Amino acid sequence: MNLLPLFQWFEATALGTAVRESLWLFPVIECVHLLALALLGGTVLAVDLRLLGLGLRAQPVEGLARQMRPWFLAALCAIITTGIPMFLSEALKCYYSPPFWYKMSLLLAALAFAFTVRRRVISRGGPSMLCKLTAVVSLALWFGVGFSGRWIAFY
Amino acid sequence: MDLPGFFQWLEGTAGSVAIRESTLLYPIIETTHVLALCLFLGMIVLLDLRLTGAGLRAIAVSELAARLLPWAFAGFALMAVSGLLLFYSGPVRASRNIFFQIKMAMLMLAGGNALLFHMTIYRRVAAWDLDPMPPLRARLAGAASLLLWAGVVVCGRMQAYNWFDK
Repeated sequence: MNLLPLFQWFEATALGTAVRESLWLFPVIECVHLLALALLGGTVLAVDLRLLGLGLRAQPVEGLARQMRPWFLAALCAIITTGIPMFLSEALKCYYSPPFWYKMSLLLAALAFAFTVRRRVISRGGPSMLCKLTAVVSLALWFGVGFSGRWIAFY
Repeated sequence: MDLPGFFQWLEGTAGSVAIRESTLLYPIIETTHVLALCLFLGMIVLLDLRLTGAGLRAIAVSELAARLLPWAFAGFALMAVSGLLLFYSGPVRASRNIFFQIKMAMLMLAGGNALLFHMTIYRRVAAWDLDPMPPLRARLAGAASLLLWAGVVVCGRMQAYNWFDK
């Protein structure tokens, strides 16, 4: 399937054009994207560290995850909402950027993992090896998303 | 030698040139700087949410501070080392950049705010540790911290743009 026409259409959308033609819109959106990253990273780290037996060790895993969830979801909404106009403004560059495709694949994997396996491990508990493995996979996936995201600018 | 002269000299050193001209080193240092944000600011934001009374109300303030701040310090160390290397790779342009100057000022204010918090209202944390809504001074410290660190991030990102470079 050739996705190039779709990405050309993305690039030509009114939103993409507006962001591309504005001097300050992209930087401002990018700042919000970064601030959301800090919150997203913080909420993921707090729970994954706990699954590893580190950080907020005295808190029950499920209670901690429940308290983090609204902030995680808010950060996720903010980071996706700001990511879309940035993507639209340079959709063709993204199409030809390997890090972009890595990032999107890892993002889908990280989200799928967070809402299935990780959620189940958090609510049901289980042997500590399983908890630790879940945390390591989660951290690795999100790290990959952040890492490849930054590299869209370089390649 | 004055400060601009020193930055001029620094920019000519072998290490500075090596980072600036490398294809991999600069992106790796910059990526480290950005991702350490999750470790540093992520932990700080969680504590600040608790201090402002906005979230995590069921967890004791002292527990959050004791368990999360060591991770925040580790994140800060990563940010400081990678940030110094980024500055070292181009000190002349960075030092003249208005966003960099504002960032450094806000960084010091954020540090001062944290120091003040720990030396004053946090000393008496036992009295309000479990309060869902901490006392006004703690809420103010948390709000100031959120605003100042957000400012540091915004200015750091804007530093890439040379709109006001002299």
